[in-house]
Amino acid sequence: METSEIRLAGMGGQGVILAGMILGRAKSIIDNKFATMTQDFGPEARGGAASCAVILSDDPILYPNVTNPHTLVAMSQEAFTKYIGVVKPGGMLIVEEDLVKLSDDIDPSIRVFTIPATRLAEEIGRKIVLNIVMYGFIVSVTGLVSEESARKAVEASIPKGTEKLNLAAFEKGYQYGVEQLK
Amino acid sequence: MKADPKRVLTGSHFLNGNHSATEGALAAGCTFAAGYPITPSTEIVERIASRFPQVGGVFIQMEDEIASSICLQGGVWAGHKSMTVTSGPGLSLMMEHIGLAAITETPCVLIDVQRTGPSTGLPTKTGQADMMQARWGSHGDYEIIALAPSSPQDCFDFTIDCFNLAEEYRTPVFLMSDESTGHMLEKVVIPEADKIDIVERKYYTGSEPYLPYKEEANGIPLMSKAGMGHYYHITGLTHDERGYPVLTQPVQKQMMKRLMGKVNDNVDKLTRVERINLDDADVAIVSYGISYRIALKAMEMAREKGVKAGILRLITCWPFPEKVVEELAKNFKSLVMVEQNFGQMYYEMDRVSNKHCNTFLCGSAGGDVHDPEEICNTILEAAK
Amino acid sequence: MAEKKSKKKDPKEWGLEIDAEKCKGCGFCVEFCPKAVLEMSGDFNAKGYHPPKIVDIDACTYCDMCEMVCPEFAIWETSEKHDKKAHIADEFIRMDRMPHIWCPGCGIGTVVNCLVKAMQDAGLDRNNTQIVSGIGCTGRVAGYVDVDSYHTTHGRAIPFATGLALGNPDLNVIVVSGDGDLTAIGGNHFFHAARRNVNLTVICVNNFNYGMTGGQVAPTTPEGAIAVTTPYGAYDKPFNIPFIADSCGAVYVARWTTYHVRHLQNSIKAAIQKDGFSLVEAISPCPTLYGRRNRLGDGLDSMKFYKEISKRAKKEHTTADADIAFQEEILVGKFVDRERAPLHEAMDASFKAKLGDKYAGWPVPG
Repeated sequence: METSEIRLAGMGGQGVILAGMILGRAKSIIDNKFATMTQDFGPEARGGAASCAVILSDDPILYPNVTNPHTLVAMSQEAFTKYIGVVKPGGMLIVEEDLVKLSDDIDPSIRVFTIPATRLAEEIGRKIVLNIVMYGFIVSVTGLVSEESARKAVEASIPKGTEKLNLAAFEKGYQYGVEQLK
Repeated sequence: MKADPKRVLTGSHFLNGNHSATEGALAAGCTFAAGYPITPSTEIVERIASRFPQVGGVFIQMEDEIASSICLQGGVWAGHKSMTVTSGPGLSLMMEHIGLAAITETPCVLIDVQRTGPSTGLPTKTGQADMMQARWGSHGDYEIIALAPSSPQDCFDFTIDCFNLAEEYRTPVFLMSDESTGHMLEKVVIPEADKIDIVERKYYTGSEPYLPYKEEANGIPLMSKAGMGHYYHITGLTHDERGYPVLTQPVQKQMMKRLMGKVNDNVDKLTRVERINLDDADVAIVSYGISYRIALKAMEMAREKGVKAGILRLITCWPFPEKVVEELAKNFKSLVMVEQNFGQMYYEMDRVSNKHCNTFLCGSAGGDVHDPEEICNTILEAAK
Repeated sequence: MAEKKSKKKDPKEWGLEIDAEKCKGCGFCVEFCPKAVLEMSGDFNAKGYHPPKIVDIDACTYCDMCEMVCPEFAIWETSEKHDKKAHIADEFIRMDRMPHIWCPGCGIGTVVNCLVKAMQDAGLDRNNTQIVSGIGCTGRVAGYVDVDSYHTTHGRAIPFATGLALGNPDLNVIVVSGDGDLTAIGGNHFFHAARRNVNLTVICVNNFNYGMTGGQVAPTTPEGAIAVTTPYGAYDKPFNIPFIADSCGAVYVARWTTYHVRHLQNSIKAAIQKDGFSLVEAISPCPTLYGRRNRLGDGLDSMKFYKEISKRAKKEHTTADADIAFQEEILVGKFVDRERAPLHEAMDASFKAKLGDKYAGWPVPG
């Protein structure tokens, strides 16, 4: 692959940053290639905007920023509104369907995928894993890293004792993506 | 001397700059840290608080930065390699004690993860406007050494370098990081401990009475520590080689000659720069820290537009690499400084260059890294 | 616990309004309602929170509790007859800056709600009221209260406030800041202002850690509690804030938890009306950081827990008894209420005595 750029954005507390981190870890450590992740957040611990951008590449990354991502993951309405305009034509949009109302004027060349990640996380039992559900879904529909690498990265990124819950969340999101691709 | 394997997290890690700096400090042999929480530096001390009890070390969160910046010096004289971590507002509070460390020649490392100022500013956003503060913020004359990282890998590597420089020169050494670099995650490769060179503190072990500020051959006095039986006196007052306050102008002159000379006479040794595409370039960019990486993109963009730009990256920001920059100025029509402030290192560059060439500043108010387009426009302007 | 009862309202004249979009789903209103009028709904608002819904309006006695406790000012009583359209905060809060930045379940919003009610009850002259904050989550209070307000530097709200208080002794100067800000970096200033009895009201919101910067240990973190810079448990003995204030000479010292809304309001009102250095400590949940790291559940769980372990101080208790050990008894109540000339009066009297007719008097600004 060449260089791929993805922006994940939502509200503080949704775990957007962690999801980006796990993706970067999958590429740079598990696959031993390269990833750069940059973050943006306000002073609020919860509720303020949170966003990160991840560059994935087979080669060392010089310029660390993402202006026009190929893929945008929007987990809040504000995130969608703020970033939809910069997504590359022919790119991909992934949204939390309960929290984001899509506008009518999205570039038709952008493929759209939606998932009720918060609801699915609540179904598994803990709203807090909504970001892992989202992450599984992202991996599944984008193919940015392999399922195996993605899963290994989750295991390397979560507190001991939470494996069962987090891997269940990853599976749920991943399978939801597999269904959508059909 | 090689690093202690117990303290080195050998392997490949996807880490942010702040956490990488912590691992660098551990690998360098730092065993004392005093700090105070301030965004965007907190991850460094949080990781230290967790790792020190595992590998050996004392971390104490003090009541404020004034306390932290002097507590760490007590740690040094207790025998430890010591550090503190802060950001702009905290660095402002530390000023008196930086002067103390300079005059007492207390080796220590201060990491400034710069944010947008002035005052409370934008606490969670990046900036490079503490560069002059680090150099001149305390009252009186003194010299410091400062390195600027551009990646989490640099944060690891340069933190080790900072500790080594502190021991070598017995002076405060700054790692001028910033929020972008501190919070950016990239692969950090930490080698085996036996691949990491560390400089040990040189203690006086002679039988004659210890003279704390007696100049050795290299201009740097030998250290002591509490309990060695030297009964030394360490004071912030002007002092002679016995360390006793002697409040006369001749002693001041002699003390200052040595203090300033420690760094000033070694600028060549201390200078670390990187040259990128300067051989065929018409315009030279001078930059450091995160701005250097943004400038790389601008350099590409300028070349696409037909202007051959190259970059002189400053790794050592203080002492300012005057000779290297002046040499550049002699060979180029224009130099462009790229930094996230209204001109700080720019004035240093201009000072040594303006009799040879034009100088330009692509500055910013901070808060975000430059738009490479903006830098490119300045390059094009400089090429005219 | 006996709470002051508000005057009984005629339900025919009153209604209840909820602004669902302001809600952060903390559940305080449901908990505090004595009549089970409210329930959390299953719907999401735009921010992904479940707001409350009215399930039994006929049971409502319009006791004010939900309105008083809501940290978002999102639920309030209305009455055409009594000309009440909005939340009481509407008068004193910069509503154009809402929503505030505090987390769902944070107690700071509740403290601000109590402050606003106390300001109203004390009949403060709006022009003379000044609010000064330091840095941190509680430090953001100054930005939201609609009077002359000051967001100063970390730990230095009190010396700044001293400047206001001495510069114009007619001002009502209220300092609102956090435990880290006031007792760590601001400790020195706290001791001296209490010692000198500067005419200030100091509201210290104590959530046992540094919230804004991510949950680091503070001088108030109980021994054994987890914080990010003491990941193995805090090893220091924490400050007993009422004790420090008392021993330094404060003339009014009280402590409540954010569960004790009416007591908190009354103490803040008394502190405002008292001349001299008055301190009110408000123990608050910090669900995102301290609460999560120490398994205290969410904001509502923490608040209920603090209330359970709080014990009313009796006559024989002094501030020396007010230490807080991890998950153990929190002594609440009014500890100190005494008289002493505030600083500007002491200075004024001293100059009068020494200079007599030659004394120029206290300078009137501008």
